[in-house]
Amino acid sequence: MSQPHTRERFDIVVGGAGYVGLATAVAIKASAPELSVVVVDAAPENAWQRDERASAIAAAASRMLDHLGIWSALSEHAEPIRDMIVTDSRNGDEIRPVFLTFDGEVEPGEPFAHMVPNKELVKALRSRAKDLGVDVRQGLKITDAREDTDLGVRSVLLSDGETIAARLVVAADGLHSGLRAMAGIKTVSWKYGQSGIVTTVRHERPHNGRAEEHFLPAGPFAILPLKDNRSSLVWTERTEEADRLVAEDDFVFEAELERRFGHKLGTISLAGGRRAFPLGLTLARDFVVSRMALVGDAAHGIHPIAGQGLNLGFKDAAALAETVVEASRLGLDIGSVSVLERYQAWRRFDTFQMGVTTDVLNRLFSNDVTPLRMVRDVGLGLVDRMPKLKSFFIKQAAGLSGEGAPRLLRGQAI
Amino acid sequence: MTIAAEDKNGDSRQSSIDQAEVDRFSALAREWWNPTGKFKPLHKFNPVRLTYIRDQASLHFGRDARSSKPLQGLRVLDIGCGGGLLSEPMARMGAEVVGADASATNIEVAKIHAAQSGVSVDYRAVTAEQLAAEGETFDIILNMEVVEHVSDVNFFMTTCASMVRPGGLMFVATINRTLKAGALAIVGAEYVLRWLPKGTHQYEKLVRPEELQRPIEASGMNLIDRTGVFYSPLSDSWNLSRDMDVNYMVLAERPKAAAASRI
Repeated sequence: MSQPHTRERFDIVVGGAGYVGLATAVAIKASAPELSVVVVDAAPENAWQRDERASAIAAAASRMLDHLGIWSALSEHAEPIRDMIVTDSRNGDEIRPVFLTFDGEVEPGEPFAHMVPNKELVKALRSRAKDLGVDVRQGLKITDAREDTDLGVRSVLLSDGETIAARLVVAADGLHSGLRAMAGIKTVSWKYGQSGIVTTVRHERPHNGRAEEHFLPAGPFAILPLKDNRSSLVWTERTEEADRLVAEDDFVFEAELERRFGHKLGTISLAGGRRAFPLGLTLARDFVVSRMALVGDAAHGIHPIAGQGLNLGFKDAAALAETVVEASRLGLDIGSVSVLERYQAWRRFDTFQMGVTTDVLNRLFSNDVTPLRMVRDVGLGLVDRMPKLKSFFIKQAAGLSGEGAPRLLRGQAI
Repeated sequence: MTIAAEDKNGDSRQSSIDQAEVDRFSALAREWWNPTGKFKPLHKFNPVRLTYIRDQASLHFGRDARSSKPLQGLRVLDIGCGGGLLSEPMARMGAEVVGADASATNIEVAKIHAAQSGVSVDYRAVTAEQLAAEGETFDIILNMEVVEHVSDVNFFMTTCASMVRPGGLMFVATINRTLKAGALAIVGAEYVLRWLPKGTHQYEKLVRPEELQRPIEASGMNLIDRTGVFYSPLSDSWNLSRDMDVNYMVLAERPKAAAASRI
């Protein structure tokens, strides 16, 4: 068994250098500099620069980024969502009755969300990680992650033959998490038969910071404002239809897009590549096992209908960081299940709730059944007339509702 | 079962002990430190008592409770340390810890685990009386879940108090002798929930706060804080509470003597 390879020791190894993994590493290191943290990622160096997607960052998550010293580098790329409209319509409807409008501020001057290009977010997080002394290593696949009870570590075996032994392994390696499988954690999941087409368009006229969600028969069609007269789209279709559309010529794709996008913002043109992601609901049965905690999509993949994927992931990062840092300051073993259970209790119920909410919304809206259409329209109309309920939804969307939010999400130090 | 291990260095002792014994102690260490095993209640209880100790000690000694080593340089005695569940965190918080337990087995187990986790604790198979007789003194004495198991509370408290340095602290955690404690801590924890082995606690040996206060004050120390600790089944966690009827902790301070003869 003796190998010529090295064996390093860290307090924490994070598997996955996406924004959730990086945010977790940064949040922990910024609060407890004495902990040694390394992030390993299977993708080659600089692959992250090719991510053309953008994400909605809710107010709570941007408070956290601000507190961690990242927001200042990001704000020039962030487009505030100033208001939002929701319609229930059919493809090609010229006039779409607006059922719900939101003015998007949680506090004066603080929009409930911003749209940020993923690569800018990752860039800012990587640079902060580097400043804090977090090692980020690309091009390394994790091939095994076994617990050694006597040494009080989990040993992560890397594709280059090296081993990293850590007191805690954070699985931030996405929906198809390899670490989750290595720990033997099962998932509950189902597919919606829908895919989300993600692309970026440029339009003639400014969007004025308005986000739109149109509930079309095949599923939600969301237009989210970006900088420079551009918008990010999440366009839901049946999976076969989505695959067909993505493979079509630009001309055909654009024509189909225009039918749904409408002409309010003038002529539109594609401003980036397009990809379709199959949509489903995936929830890990456990968020923690001994010496491992799941964050982000490794713990939960939900429908993008409410734009909450990133925000759930940031909540995980904030809650895990708070759990780990507080345990470490008490001299407790940060990888022990008795410590990690607090994180699980904190996040699992909230995640389950969000998973169910998005599931129900999607089932309610992704169809063209007349009675359902009437029920949901009356529902949306009612919400629109009740300011208290609306402000509840805005707070919910901003991630600011609920008792016991992690301190970082309230913009406070751990 | 007695281990002849007096101040020899780890390696030579390791080789003089037979392998079966080492394996047995390792297995016991695994048991003590398994957060879902037999000692789960202690693991669950640990954060609340550690937080209390750290926060009170930081306040008293003027430390920053949120720093990584708030107890740096303080000499601590953990009496009845068992497998070291309190000693190790205290050492990680910077304290210079002596872990004492009357059971030589516990001490071997604690030593093995400390070596595995790379924490430095001075573990000794001695009683409080022996330490006092050796003239040992401490900034902080931890007397956690011990007094309900000793035969003479007065004598034990007086002995411990005698080792607290001027300006030093003593923490005592135990279970009150009330009907409620009998119902919850004995019938509930031992018979209904099976958290603890039956017979862990005997009602007559439980200790009322005033029974601690008397010997503490007679030893020239002052009680400066007291708090209840209550289990919340909903969140499955222990929290500080004003209710001292079941589990409680008291904190005593030895005044900085006017004629400060720091030992």
